[in-house]
Amino acid sequence: MSAAQAAPAAPFLDLVDIGKTYPGVVALSGVNLSVAPGEVIGLVGENGAGKSTLMKILGGVTAPTQGAIRIDGAERIAMSVKDATKAGIAFVHQELNLFDNLDVAANVFIGREPRFGGILNLIDTPALHHRVTPLLRRLGADFGPSTPVAGLSLAQRQLVEIAKALSLEARLVIMDEPTSSLTASETARLLEVIADLKAHGVSVIFISHRLQEVERCADRVVVLRDGKVVGRLNRDQIQHDAMIRLMIGRDLKSLYIPPAAPPREVALDLAEIRTAVFPRQTVTLALRAGEILGLAGLVGSGRTELARAIFGIDRRLGGRITLCGQDLDIAEPRDAISRGLYLIPEDRKQCGLVLDFSVAENISLASLPSYARAALVQDDAEARSAERQKASLKIKVPSVATQTSSLSGGNQQKVVLAKWLSMRPKVIIFDEPTRGIDVGAKGEIYELMRGLADAGVAILMISSDMEEVIGVSDRIAVMHEGRISGILERSAFSEDRVLQLAVGRSLQEPPAMKVAMGG
Amino acid sequence: MLFKKDLSLLVLILVVGTIVAIINPRFLSLINIANTANLIGLFGMFSIGMAFVIITGGIELSVGSMFALLGVIFIDLLVNHGMSWPLAMLLMILAGTALGWLHGYLVTDMRLQPFVVTLCGLLIYRGIARYYTNDGTAGFEFGMNFPALEWLTTGRAFGVVPHSFIVFILLAVIMGIVLHKSVFGRYLFAVGKNEEAARYSGIRTHRIIIAAYVISGALCGLSAIYLAMYTRSISPASHGSFYELYAIAAAVLGGCSLRGGEGSILGVVLGAILLQVLQNLVNLLGIPSSLNFAVIGGVILIGVLADQQIVRRREQLKLAKT
Repeated sequence: MSAAQAAPAAPFLDLVDIGKTYPGVVALSGVNLSVAPGEVIGLVGENGAGKSTLMKILGGVTAPTQGAIRIDGAERIAMSVKDATKAGIAFVHQELNLFDNLDVAANVFIGREPRFGGILNLIDTPALHHRVTPLLRRLGADFGPSTPVAGLSLAQRQLVEIAKALSLEARLVIMDEPTSSLTASETARLLEVIADLKAHGVSVIFISHRLQEVERCADRVVVLRDGKVVGRLNRDQIQHDAMIRLMIGRDLKSLYIPPAAPPREVALDLAEIRTAVFPRQTVTLALRAGEILGLAGLVGSGRTELARAIFGIDRRLGGRITLCGQDLDIAEPRDAISRGLYLIPEDRKQCGLVLDFSVAENISLASLPSYARAALVQDDAEARSAERQKASLKIKVPSVATQTSSLSGGNQQKVVLAKWLSMRPKVIIFDEPTRGIDVGAKGEIYELMRGLADAGVAILMISSDMEEVIGVSDRIAVMHEGRISGILERSAFSEDRVLQLAVGRSLQEPPAMKVAMGG
Repeated sequence: MLFKKDLSLLVLILVVGTIVAIINPRFLSLINIANTANLIGLFGMFSIGMAFVIITGGIELSVGSMFALLGVIFIDLLVNHGMSWPLAMLLMILAGTALGWLHGYLVTDMRLQPFVVTLCGLLIYRGIARYYTNDGTAGFEFGMNFPALEWLTTGRAFGVVPHSFIVFILLAVIMGIVLHKSVFGRYLFAVGKNEEAARYSGIRTHRIIIAAYVISGALCGLSAIYLAMYTRSISPASHGSFYELYAIAAAVLGGCSLRGGEGSILGVVLGAILLQVLQNLVNLLGIPSSLNFAVIGGVILIGVLADQQIVRRREQLKLAKT
């Protein structure tokens, strides 16, 4: 098995000095990466390290602003999605791109169905199945070509995506977080499939936060940080800790604003909360008035679901919520809101705002009755309150009558915040408070959060941005697969510890006991 | 409160009206205007209710069948059971309200699609209405009079202004305030535009949606009585057929988006007026009455198309500027 890595084959794909600049942001710079046939490359890096930009470039979705892509030695200057597919680059996405309402065979050959009947253009189902069945067999799938996709598990759907890639005669399959939602046995199955692809000379780029799996399947590992390649590890160097060391280690800007006073009594007490996504795990967590508690974890670790359950968007399966010593019976968001427990949702545009409403209408939406006399909204009272919020939060907008959709991300976020600040907050949950917000506005949001905490509000901040979690929080709770895997006090903050907890390792565990498998 | 859309609709009404008046001056005769106003009132009342439902992103297709069912029951109560008309009227409005609530409940808590729910209503109510009278015609017996009820429904102030029109305008003013000024109205727009965000703001979205269907149902109950008194006899197989489409047309002409979240009462009023002016046009210009629907459909299509083009042109201009 080790013959493949010994013989250096001519690279299938060669990225030379790739750079990508967006207005004001350098997403990638000077990235060199070559992929040999049958090579499995692990691509790791924190959220925002540039992995997805690199993938977009490989898929022909965006063009690099610098550098060259060579496929089989031939340079591609402008590569479209079609070119990438033709060159044999296929994706297995994090969010699978399958048609739920069609069967497996139809999905594998979507847009390329074998046809008959001349002008009638009918789908030749027997021929279609004839071509799909061997692919499924090769992948060891336990379902047939006519199985509806809607009934398949996530792992099975992944196999459909891989079958699709094989049907396109892909020479490079790029897998983005393929194991993030798989069980241990499903993961083992997928790693076998990867070994099979490798044996057939298909290359794989394996992007994952799950470093154990990278350890198990990768021939080489490339580590990205802040848009640059910061490390390359060969098979014998691939180790969990080596990867983590390379992933972190940038200078964290000092974002921390110390609290004016030590945290006070417990404001929000969560006891054994269970959510529908991780029904067997419970979360117990105490949040104190005056503190900012960061909630870190990988995407999919159940943080947003926890917030939604606390706020009453989703029904929780169990557990008790106590707010300032009183039991809360939260069946819908209204119950939480009436007690001063607010949520600033992750998806600002879909859940936080009515974009077609004016700024004033959005600010008043959650407290409208307080601006009403005899059930009629008093426009001037509403506008006055909005003006106050606009001034105190420094919302940059010509008028509070402006439609919210025309505001920048940062200002939109301030409008969401203003909605709650015009009321009496006791606890505010921020879910990814600065996602998609420019640096300047980020700082303002952090200041506002600290101001609130100092005023006695308890703040739970869910964030996938390491710089933010470490820079802003007073304490950090880390979630892993639906449970709190650890809580760090500020003195114990380090990227390494947060990451260790986020990938599910306890901090006491001796670091280098992982046995390299496979190879 | 005059939106650009309302303004262009007003212009359209004036243009069509002027053309008809030039070709046939009888358009402006007192009798013709009074009769048209009566029809505007009759068709406008339930169009207002439709607007509320459409703003939630829903649709109400059972309107016409409700008229047949509530109409035959109303006449039956008066004629065969000797019930006093105010009580019968109240019962019919309550019945409409109950049906509206049922539709809203099925749409929200039972998560059924509004089109399906109200389509079933359309079929069910029509069927029951026909069964109720053995497919016969329900009507008042010769010489039966309800002076107060008739005054209220088909009477005319100063001998000219139809009471139906006055009631319609009163309702429009009240519902206009409810929709554009009240907390409920604001919630309705929020739910129609982005139900998720409304929920995250603590709005009980299901209640708001149900309330919209209830308003529509109540207005249908009231309209059913006005229409019954207007026709004075009801053959349940055809009474009120397609009336829901008039209401939808009026609402859409008036700027309601079928995606929800948009619309104004003034627009619906203007939409109802335009529809009846078009009906009138067909009669006055000697166009075969069989072409009635075709003319209305054609004008709506052209109107909506033109409106879309204007919006697009405006957006292009905006883009060109920036």
